[in-house]
Amino acid sequence: MTARVRALETILVGKGLVDPAAIDAIVETYETKTGPRNGAHVVAKAWTDPGFAAWLKTDATAAIASLGYTGRQGEHMRAVFNTESVHNLVVCTLCSCYPWSVLGLPPVWYKSPPYRSRAVMDPRSVLAEFGLGLPADTSIRVWDSTAELRYLVIPQRPVGTDDLDAEALAALVTRDSMIGTGLARSAGKS
Amino acid sequence: MSRLDLSPDARVFAEPWQAEAFAMVVALHERGLFSWSQWADALSTQVKAPGGENYYAAWLAALESLLVSLNVTATVEVDALAEAWQRAAHATPHGQPILLENDPARSA
Repeated sequence: MTARVRALETILVGKGLVDPAAIDAIVETYETKTGPRNGAHVVAKAWTDPGFAAWLKTDATAAIASLGYTGRQGEHMRAVFNTESVHNLVVCTLCSCYPWSVLGLPPVWYKSPPYRSRAVMDPRSVLAEFGLGLPADTSIRVWDSTAELRYLVIPQRPVGTDDLDAEALAALVTRDSMIGTGLARSAGKS
Repeated sequence: MSRLDLSPDARVFAEPWQAEAFAMVVALHERGLFSWSQWADALSTQVKAPGGENYYAAWLAALESLLVSLNVTATVEVDALAEAWQRAAHATPHGQPILLENDPARSA
């Protein structure tokens, strides 16, 4: 694989289509600067700022961009809010579309064929494998991402967190809770 | 039905070539060489093909097929250069940077 990647890079640099320094900068960005912390910031702001939450519901792309997180592929964002009665789960059945700007690059299981097929056919068994058992009367909505539209799950704010500030709340927001394969952590547990 | 592999990912990219293949796609899209939908279609095709469960191998194959369909390169050209890089790697003493110039067949 290494030789083939180098061959492509040699061709693309030779044609002036790719700048090696830009390649290094992109790798550094995704290895160190983007990740689920960005999404946790968005969720914690939605929990603490009703005006922001309302904006996130109506125009997630703009609300998320206002915090400095913009997609590089020109994709639109949609925020889906968990409630007592509805739990949201995100998948990309086609390939691996994922909200990079707020969650970084997807975990291995998200890109795997079992997750891509089972999340749609039998989401409850997928959640069970993640250790997440939902009440039988909670409905599960599965959102299939595309190249143009990516989803961010806004998990429910854990109970007993009224006196926490946005920064402390963000620490409770896990990556999986923003994909829908988990819940936000309870306060006091780390 | 097959279970999920939930082992935590140690790093974003397991090997450097994966990072380079990933970044080339992002860079070429930003230059406007293709749309992100075109890319998603190409990747989806490779992910569904045999061997597609090896994600970054599928990613690389998708990039190559897209570049061939856009007439940026041809498979024979990639093959020849990849072989040259292989020869250069074998001819380079351990610990030194591998350069295409180190390919012994280069000037032949």
